[in-house]
Amino acid sequence: MLTVWLPFEWIVALRFLREGRLQTLFIISGIAIGVAVIVFMSALLAGLQGNFISRVLSAQSHIQLLLPQQITRPLRGAATGSAAQIEGAIVQPPLQQTKSIDQWQALVEQTRRMPEVKVVSPVTSGPALVLRGSATRAVTVTGIEPESYFRIVDFSDKLLRGSLRLGGADVLVGTELAHDLGVNVGDKLHITTAQGANSVLTIAGVFDLGNRGANQRMTFTTLHTAQNLLDLPGGVTSIEVTVYDIYAAERIAQRIAAASAVQADSWIKNSAQFFSAVSAQTTANTAIRFFVGLSVAFGIASVLVVSVVQRSREIGILRAMGISQGQILRLFLIQGGLLGMAGSVLGCGIGALGLVGWQRLARNADGTPLFPLVFDADLFYLALALATLTGLLAAFAPALRAARLDPVEAIRG
Amino acid sequence: MAEPQRDLDVVVRLQGVRKAFNRGQPFETEVLHGIDVRLQRGDFCAVVGPSGSGKSTLLNIVGLLDRPTSGSLQICGEETTTLNDRALTRLRGHKIGFVFQYHHLIGAFSALENVMMPMLGAAGFPNAAMRARAIRLIESVGLGPWQNNLAGQLSGGQQQRVAVARALAMNPAVLLADEPTGNLDTKSANGVFELLRQFNREQGTTVLFVTHNAALAQRCDRTIEVIDGQVA
Repeated sequence: MLTVWLPFEWIVALRFLREGRLQTLFIISGIAIGVAVIVFMSALLAGLQGNFISRVLSAQSHIQLLLPQQITRPLRGAATGSAAQIEGAIVQPPLQQTKSIDQWQALVEQTRRMPEVKVVSPVTSGPALVLRGSATRAVTVTGIEPESYFRIVDFSDKLLRGSLRLGGADVLVGTELAHDLGVNVGDKLHITTAQGANSVLTIAGVFDLGNRGANQRMTFTTLHTAQNLLDLPGGVTSIEVTVYDIYAAERIAQRIAAASAVQADSWIKNSAQFFSAVSAQTTANTAIRFFVGLSVAFGIASVLVVSVVQRSREIGILRAMGISQGQILRLFLIQGGLLGMAGSVLGCGIGALGLVGWQRLARNADGTPLFPLVFDADLFYLALALATLTGLLAAFAPALRAARLDPVEAIRG
Repeated sequence: MAEPQRDLDVVVRLQGVRKAFNRGQPFETEVLHGIDVRLQRGDFCAVVGPSGSGKSTLLNIVGLLDRPTSGSLQICGEETTTLNDRALTRLRGHKIGFVFQYHHLIGAFSALENVMMPMLGAAGFPNAAMRARAIRLIESVGLGPWQNNLAGQLSGGQQQRVAVARALAMNPAVLLADEPTGNLDTKSANGVFELLRQFNREQGTTVLFVTHNAALAQRCDRTIEVIDGQVA
């Protein structure tokens, strides 16, 4: 029975697909496998990349605003009657002193107003020496504003003992440093700096940043305490910034640097090798998707070419009964689109099942997932749309061939 | 006043129609050499002649499946040689019905749906009226009980009857039958011929009937003999 609400081309296209059901089934399976590979691989790589990036960026800001490096300019003598200048033969690089960013409060406010920026936090850091009995350790004292800084570096999952409440005389230390000095939460640490300042701070908490060197070196205290220790009253040495789009960090950093007198380093610049590895992975994923898509397109095209050859006599008959070239073109395009869509729906289902299976099977020793997978609905919609479009495009050449068949030749066979 | 009235009744008019294949090439072949034919409404005309004489080419040209190299072809008074492909397709769909030697039904559709197909192609969507007309036609060729059978589930004679019903679906002015009985046994061939004759008498459909069967040709009102691309 012909479906009343379907137009002629759809009725014929659906019947042709149904009549060649084995052929249809095979090509839909082929498309489904291709789409499933794309969906599974994309979600897997997105999860993997997300996991890598969150591990790297969970302990650092996306952009760091610093004082520009101090440089020495060559000494130039005055011109003596001509355009020639005299330059000093020896240029000695200057000592990079710990200095405060000029007008940092204005810069913080200016940066906070940028719509792409999520969090801005001023930091004062510098070298210090920790004394505990006869033991000494060189550390970096980092003075922070806890409420903004902990939104940049989430310490809640890094704190092993104690609390994150930082008072004026409190300090957070790494687990390796605590171990080396034999101290724990509540113990006192004597900290001294090259500027001659001394302070005794109480250990409020012990953290693990997931990096042995950082755990030995890093200590966190309030901004005010660090300013006193480093002899930078009211000053900050850097401004830490996080942004909503991590991949736009370098562009935003360049904008900030252009609008102020600071050096702006993005995580992309600071972790260039890591970023290039992530980019290479994205490129590889795109290449895989492209070639799988291409093979799907050729699969659809080849099946439809065979169908046009098989049905050339029927096409001729249809043309003889007054069916236009446009109608013939459309009915083969519809077949291509339907094959792509049906294959992609099935492929998305298979891909989703594969992802669920992966999440259940690939687990750490403690039973937690190896890394969280990204079930992005957009990925499925995109796969559906692209596969349907691929089907339509792949069907174009065979459809054109069918539409251009000479009816006399076609009927004669 | 009689002549203009007769002109209104002219369904097919060929004047000096020539057809050459491989034009401009060394092996150019002219298969029709200036054909003049006039078919009136209600004519039942046989086209006879030896194989390769140009009968099928003549039929393809009259059916607007092929274009003449030169000459004039009018269908229901409309000059067709100047029409583009879209206009030819529309004219073919509305004015001409085809029955081929090898029935050529669309295998994916039932007998009834095959009869509906030309109407569906012209209208775009199926509707109750075209279904009712298809049922009437399929019953008139005696295949009411088999209307829902797929083409492959019908005998050769039955398939050719469906093809006749399909050719009449758009109530064409002219029905072109290219050896429609050539592949059938005598009984089925007679049945198909009588069917065409019946529609010709009842509805006044002009029929151009290519056949090698001399007995059937004799039963037609007119006979056009084509020999070496010319009407003898």
